[in-house]
Amino acid sequence: MIAVVDYRAGNLTSVKKALDHLRADAIVTGDPEVVAQADKIILPGVGHFSSTAILEQSGLRTAILHRINHGALFLGVCVGMQWMFECSAEAPGIPGLGLFPGACGRFTKSVKSPHVGWNSLTCHDESRLLRGIRSGSFVYFTHSYSAPVVKQTVARCEYGGEFSAAVEQDNLFGVQFHPEKSGALGLKLLENFCCLSC
Amino acid sequence: MLTKRIIACLDVNAGRVVKGVQFKQLRDAGDPAELAAAHSKAGADEVVLLDISATHEKRTTLADTVRRTARQLFIPFTVGGGIRSLDDVIAVFEAGADKISINSAALADPSLITRIADRYGSQAIIVAIDAKRVNGEARFEAYVSGGRNPTGRDAVDWAREAEERGAGEILLTSMDCDGTGAGFDCDLTRACSEGLNIPVIASGGGGDTQSFVDVFERGRADAALAASIFHFGLHRLGDLKQELQSAGIPVRWPC
Repeated sequence: MIAVVDYRAGNLTSVKKALDHLRADAIVTGDPEVVAQADKIILPGVGHFSSTAILEQSGLRTAILHRINHGALFLGVCVGMQWMFECSAEAPGIPGLGLFPGACGRFTKSVKSPHVGWNSLTCHDESRLLRGIRSGSFVYFTHSYSAPVVKQTVARCEYGGEFSAAVEQDNLFGVQFHPEKSGALGLKLLENFCCLSC
Repeated sequence: MLTKRIIACLDVNAGRVVKGVQFKQLRDAGDPAELAAAHSKAGADEVVLLDISATHEKRTTLADTVRRTARQLFIPFTVGGGIRSLDDVIAVFEAGADKISINSAALADPSLITRIADRYGSQAIIVAIDAKRVNGEARFEAYVSGGRNPTGRDAVDWAREAEERGAGEILLTSMDCDGTGAGFDCDLTRACSEGLNIPVIASGGGGDTQSFVDVFERGRADAALAASIFHFGLHRLGDLKQELQSAGIPVRWPC
């Protein structure tokens, strides 16, 4: 079972709809006990980094970390991916999970912000999540903050500098773009995640 | 590289897609869910659904139409028209919209922009502005209620305020050009795009490929929106994107 974590942040409907389309066994839940039973966890998110504070208050952070430590597959989307890093300049007082090193920062003033639209990926590693998705493929982004390129980065994107478009390590996956809004290619990525075994 | 977006717009009245010329003379153009799916398949980068009769008839957005349209759509989906309160916004997001577009309500109460941005993030809110030239000069006035009422506000000035209040994008429609197919108002688009640090979507007047090249190059638009040229088969979306690519405009093609 895939738990789509509900922390009142944006695109839950879209993510659930895409998973339904793929006939995945997924439920939307804000209940830490349900998350604690999940084989896979998706943390969506459009919006402000501060909205992740509710994950701490509700006990979801503990439940998620517990499941991750027991090998459950975790996919963070957009702010959900940023939360996997140490912190974000968008909400300095709120810690991320620190699963990946570094802090998320704002785009440089040389480009418009938010970064909205279809941008191309540079895939530069063997990735289980991006299987079948080639370098140069276009995916849909909408965000004002981004995560740095780190050694776990499996796809980069360029917008006023390079940032992590996708990160991956063992059972941990994150994408800055929105697979649920990236057409056939995005559905392919979600299908990859659904088909991965722990 | 970030590409220029081509956005297909569905103007919806009583659950049907319609198209007017200069905000009048409505013609039936089909079913919203079917058209949205067809546009996505043809290469549209986004779909916008505007409930055009909503504001002046004080109706709320057709949640069922939104839900039905969103179901099979896996590209960004914006809904506007008749959104007056945070409750309306919540209903539209729950029905499956990714972004909402507000126009009259934002001008009536600009704090609504900030309240929506605080809750959903700036990327979820588009402020739509209907603008008309003043005495044919390169000055533009914002109109509300589906282009019925002038506001006395300078359109570019209002766009700047909307950005400051938290809008993530501006959807800028030239009332002078809308429905003519004779080209976008590049002066209007450029004034807005250069004065702002958020993306500007040009709307109104999209016709041949050159009109799109012009609005991206001369108008500095980040995206261009059109309706009737796609619905009535005057321009095939895929052909348009291919031609734009040949003209050196970065677009998502092949999709």
